[in-house]
Amino acid sequence: MSIFDYFRKSKEKQTASIAKERLQIIVAHQRTAMNQPDYIPKMQQDIVKVIKKYVDIEKDQVNVQLDTVNNCSVLELNVTLPQ
Amino acid sequence: MAKIIVVTSGKGGVGKTTSSAAIGTGLAMNNKKTVIIDFDVGLRNLDLIMGCERRVVYDFVNVISGEATLNQALIKDKRLKNLFILPASQTRDKDALTKKGVEKVLNDLSKDFDFIICDSPAGIEKGAQMALYFADEAIVVTNPEVSSVRDSDRILGILQSKSRRAENGGDPVVEHLLITRYDPERVIAGEMLSISDVEDILAIPLLGVIPESEAVLKASNQGTPVILDEKTKAGLAYSDAVMRLLGSNVDYRFITVEKKGFFKRMMGAGR
Repeated sequence: MSIFDYFRKSKEKQTASIAKERLQIIVAHQRTAMNQPDYIPKMQQDIVKVIKKYVDIEKDQVNVQLDTVNNCSVLELNVTLPQ
Repeated sequence: MAKIIVVTSGKGGVGKTTSSAAIGTGLAMNNKKTVIIDFDVGLRNLDLIMGCERRVVYDFVNVISGEATLNQALIKDKRLKNLFILPASQTRDKDALTKKGVEKVLNDLSKDFDFIICDSPAGIEKGAQMALYFADEAIVVTNPEVSSVRDSDRILGILQSKSRRAENGGDPVVEHLLITRYDPERVIAGEMLSISDVEDILAIPLLGVIPESEAVLKASNQGTPVILDEKTKAGLAYSDAVMRLLGSNVDYRFITVEKKGFFKRMMGAGR
């Protein structure tokens, strides 16, 4: 590595740290998806179908998540409606 | 009772077979009677890496289907008396591996081996699931690179939910992280994920770090497990990993940049 590399590196963001940030996000996402029951994706599809009867939405505008808080399962449903 | 260890990764090409061959050989060098099983039905390669491809007569699937006995199918290593290889079938498809059949073979092997190393195929389909199902311990082989780390996390999820230990609710599978193709110079330059980056993301204990090394290709060219080449960094790093697997506390080597002497720099010799 020459002295010129040293100046160049300090300007651009190090790619390894970009990799780490991206991985932390995708892995966290992957783990929540792993832990949810198998029926969630199908239920999400059905919910989208029902809402679509009334409002024009896309699949990714509905977010379904099952969380467990102190022995109590909470189904969280987030729908972004178009304006 | 043998200890069953799966070598797995999710992603292909990260060094599962190289690591299975090296670690299995290393265990045999430490007087542990070891068998390495190739679970990659249809794409067998362990035989080539171990240098016994011309001695394959019967295979794992033949044993499961009762066409051969275990003793007929096991290939004894020519270098080490404690080392055996059970090759995969090259002609059958992955459905030939049944849970019952695999369990029977593992139970039979368990009677007179100390270690059973299961060399998993890539992916998360049946072959990979079969390789990890009966495992007591898992060595997750990971390159310091985004797709490999992500896939390792996936396979960890499968180990924690779909292995026999997970299904029976006993002790979980003991997990080990093996980082391969590590290049400290690129880590210093900020171009490669560091050991601690990978550890942070996967959150499992480290077993070994194998440096990127020309010796690995040279070893596979000749059908010699790289661990037998005790002059190479990769070989020594595998020996260290085997000692840790056996419970020793060994310092990590080859994980920092070596200061190159004037002569080495002039000759451009790096590895």
